Amino acid sequence: MTATTLPAAGDAAHGHGHHYTTLGLDNRKIAIWTFIGSECMLFASLISTYLVYKGRSIKGPFPHEPWTDPVSGKAFPAILDIPVTSASTFVLLMSSFAMVLALAAVQNKNLPKVTLGEKILGSSKLWLWMTCLMGTAFLGFQAFEFTAFIREGLSIRTNLFGSSFFTLTGFHGAHVAVGVCWLFSLLAIDYKRGLQPSDATNVDIAALYWHFVDVIWIVIFTLVYLIK
Amino acid sequence: MATLVAAPPYTSTATESANTGLWSWLTTVDHKRIGVLYLITALVFFVIGGLEAFLIRAQLAVPNGQVLSADMYNQLFTMHGTTMVFLAIMPLSAAFFNFLIPLQIGARDVAFPRLNAFSYWVYLLGGIFITVPIFFSVAPDGGWFGYAPLSTKQFSPQINMDFWVLGLQILGISSLAAAFNFITTIINMRAPGMHLMRMPIFTWMSFVVQFLVALAFPVITIALVFLQFDRFFGTNFYAIGAGADPLLWQHLFWVFGHPEVYILILPAFGLVSEVLPTFSRKPLFGYPVMVYSGILIGFLGFGVWAHHMFSVGMGPIADAVFSLTTMLIAIPTGVKIFNWLATMWDGQLRFTVAMKFGVALVGMFTIGGISGVMHSSPPADLQQTDTYFIVAHFHYVLFGGSMFGLFAGLYYYFPKITGRFMSESLGNWHFWLSLIGMNLTFFPMHFSGLLGMPRRTYQYDAGQGIEVFNMLSTIGTLVLMLGTLFGLINLWKSWKSGERASSNPWGAPTIEWTIPSPPPEHNFDELPKITSRYPLWDLKGTVIAKETTYAEEAGRVQLSAKQLGIPMPNPSIMPLITAAGVIFMFSGMLFTDSNMKLAVGIMIAGAVWWIAGLYNWLLTPLEDAH
Repeated sequence: MTATTLPAAGDAAHGHGHHYTTLGLDNRKIAIWTFIGSECMLFASLISTYLVYKGRSIKGPFPHEPWTDPVSGKAFPAILDIPVTSASTFVLLMSSFAMVLALAAVQNKNLPKVTLGEKILGSSKLWLWMTCLMGTAFLGFQAFEFTAFIREGLSIRTNLFGSSFFTLTGFHGAHVAVGVCWLFSLLAIDYKRGLQPSDATNVDIAALYWHFVDVIWIVIFTLVYLIK
Repeated sequence: MATLVAAPPYTSTATESANTGLWSWLTTVDHKRIGVLYLITALVFFVIGGLEAFLIRAQLAVPNGQVLSADMYNQLFTMHGTTMVFLAIMPLSAAFFNFLIPLQIGARDVAFPRLNAFSYWVYLLGGIFITVPIFFSVAPDGGWFGYAPLSTKQFSPQINMDFWVLGLQILGISSLAAAFNFITTIINMRAPGMHLMRMPIFTWMSFVVQFLVALAFPVITIALVFLQFDRFFGTNFYAIGAGADPLLWQHLFWVFGHPEVYILILPAFGLVSEVLPTFSRKPLFGYPVMVYSGILIGFLGFGVWAHHMFSVGMGPIADAVFSLTTMLIAIPTGVKIFNWLATMWDGQLRFTVAMKFGVALVGMFTIGGISGVMHSSPPADLQQTDTYFIVAHFHYVLFGGSMFGLFAGLYYYFPKITGRFMSESLGNWHFWLSLIGMNLTFFPMHFSGLLGMPRRTYQYDAGQGIEVFNMLSTIGTLVLMLGTLFGLINLWKSWKSGERASSNPWGAPTIEWTIPSPPPEHNFDELPKITSRYPLWDLKGTVIAKETTYAEEAGRVQLSAKQLGIPMPNPSIMPLITAAGVIFMFSGMLFTDSNMKLAVGIMIAGAVWWIAGLYNWLLTPLEDAH
C-alpha cells in the first residue's frame, strides 16, 4: 500500500510529489488528518449536547416512546424509524467500500487490465459514480426522514430533542453533501482528462474525509437511534 | 524512506513576480509579507482595543462617572475583550508564526501558502465586520464570553449580539485554517536534521498552540451555532423554558475558553525563550523540560475549564476535581519560570529593550500566575469571582505576560523582519512607561476587587474605599497609552530610517539568523542541514557562524529564486476573493429578522461567490510547471 500512496520522489512529472518533505508524505495527507482531528471535536460537541439533552424535553414528540399531548389530546408515536435508517446506514457503509475501490482504481490506472473483473475493478469512473450515488441516496433518505418527522409534528423548534437531533444529524448530512460535491468534482476531472496515479493523493484525501464522515455516522446511529 | 528524503535538483521556470505596489500585497502568498500584514493589522486593532479600555477607565475614574451611558459601557467592555483576545493578541502571535516558523525550520514557505493568505484576509475582514458596529453604537454588548441565555434573543433582542456571534464564527475559520497549515508545516517542512528535539523553542510552543486551536475552536463553533440557531431559527438550546441547561453555554464556552488562554500565552513564552538565551549568551536551561512543560500545559489546559464556573454550584466533587487540575497546571508553568531564571543565572546579560521586556514577562507573569493559583481554590474564588481582583489577575497574565512577550519578540525580530534596528532610546521609553503604567493600572485592581468592586458595572458609589484605587488605575491607563505611543513612534521611525542590521545582529544561535536581514523571498539559498539545537553557537555560546553586514549583503550579487532554481508559489488574488465571499455570506444572516428573502439571497450569493473562488483557486496550480 505504501508504495502506491506515497508520492515517489522524482517520478512525478507534475503535481507536488517531488518537493522535499520531512516525513516523505505529501502535505495534503497531513493536513487532512489534522482537519479530521479538529472535526472530531466538532462532532464531539454536537453529540455530547444531544446526550446531555436526552430525556430533558418537557414535551414530545420523543425519539423512542409514544407521547400524548396533554393539551390537544393528540397522540404521537415514537419518532425514530429504525428500519429505514438502518437501510440508509447500510447504503452509507457500502459507499465507503466503493470509495476504497475508486482510490485503488486511480492508483492502479496504469496496470494492464485484461479480464472483465480487472476492467470493472479498475474503472475509477464506475466506483466514483457508485460512491456519489450512494452518498446522494443517503441524503435522500435523510430528506425523507426529516420531512416525515416534520409532518408527524417534530420540527427543530418543537423541543430540545428536535433542536439537538436536527442540528446533529443535519450537520452530518451537510458533511455528506460536501463530500458528494467533492467526489463529483473528482469525477468531473476524471471525465475531462482522466485521473492518473499522480492524482492519487487528491483522491486519497477525499476518501479519508469520506470514511471519516462514515465513521461519525456509525457513532451517531448507535447513540441516537439504537440506544434507547 | 531514504529514497524519499533525497531531494531531486530543482529545475524551475518559475516566473518572477512584481514585488511592489498594492496589488503585490493583495495577491501575496509569501509568509513573511503575510506576517507583516498580520503585525500591522493586529497593532491597529490593539490601538482600537486600548482606546476602548481608556474610555472604560475614564468612566470609572470617579464615583458615578458620567462619561458614558450604561449601554455604551456594555458595548465598550465587550468589544475591549473581544478585540484584545481575537483581533490583537492572537493575530500578533500569528504574525510571528507566519514570519518565523518557516525560517526557524528551514523551509521555503508554509505548507499551503494560499491558505495562509486566506487566513489573513478572513481575519482582516472578520475584524472589520465585528469592529465597525461600535462606531454606530450597535456593537456587541453581552461580554466577550457572550453567556447564554443572556445573549439569546430573549435578553439581547437587538442586532448587537448578532455581530458578535457571526464575527466570532468568521474569525474561527481564520484560526482553524491557520492551525491546519502550521501543524502540517511544522510536521512536514522541517529541513534535513531538524529533529523535533532540535526545533527552536518558539516553533515548539507554536506547534502546541496550533493543536490547541485545532481542538478548541470547533467547540466554540458549535456553541455559536447553537446560539445562532436559537437567535435566528427559534431552536431551544439555551431556552430555559424548554428544559435547556443554563450551564450548557458556559461549559462549551470554557472548554474552548481555557485552552484559549494558553493560545494567548504560549507564543509569548516561546518568544521569550528565544530572547533570554541570546541576551544571556547561554543555551536555554532545560530545553527538553521546556518542551515537555509546554506540551503538558496544553494538555492540562483542556481539563480545567470549570474553574471559571465555581460560583454556579456544580457541587463539591466537580469543584474539587477542577480545583486540583488547576493547581496542577501551575507546576509546568512554574517550571518554565525557574528555567528562565536558570537560563539567565551566571549569563553575560545584555539589557536591550527586547531583554527588558523578556525579563519583565518573567516577573509580571509570575504575579498574574500566583493570583491565578489563589482563585483555583473554590472558597477563595467565591470571594473573588466577578470582582476586579479577577480583572487584575488576567491583565497581569495577558498584558504583563502575552503583550510583554510579544513586544520582546518584536524588538528582537524587528531587525530580521526589516533589516533595521528599532531605536533603543525610544524603546526604553516604551518599556519603562509600559511597565509602570501596567502596574499602576492593574495592581490597584487587586485591592478594589478584594474590597468587593464588581466587574462590568458602569458606576460605583462613593464611600466604599475604592475611589483611590480607581483613580490610580485610570492614571495608569494614561501612562500605558503614552508608553504605547512611544512604541508605535519607534516602530514607524525605525521602519523608515532605523540603523541597518546585519544578518545576526544579536549573536543569536538559531538558523533564521544565518540568512540576510530582511530575508530574500525564497528564505534559504539552499536547504539547510541541521546538526544541533543551536547551530550558530559553540558550546560556550560564542557565535561560530559567519555574520554578514547589510553593506556586504547590498554589495553581493543576490541570486533570485529563479536563478537558484527554487520553485516559488505564484501570487494569487483568489484567497482574498474567497475570503470576501465568506464574509458576504455571513453578513446575510444579519437580515434574517428584518427581511428573510434578502438574508437568504445574500447567503446564497455569498456561497456561490466563495465556492467559485475556491474552485478557481484549487484548479490553479500553486507553482508553474517545472
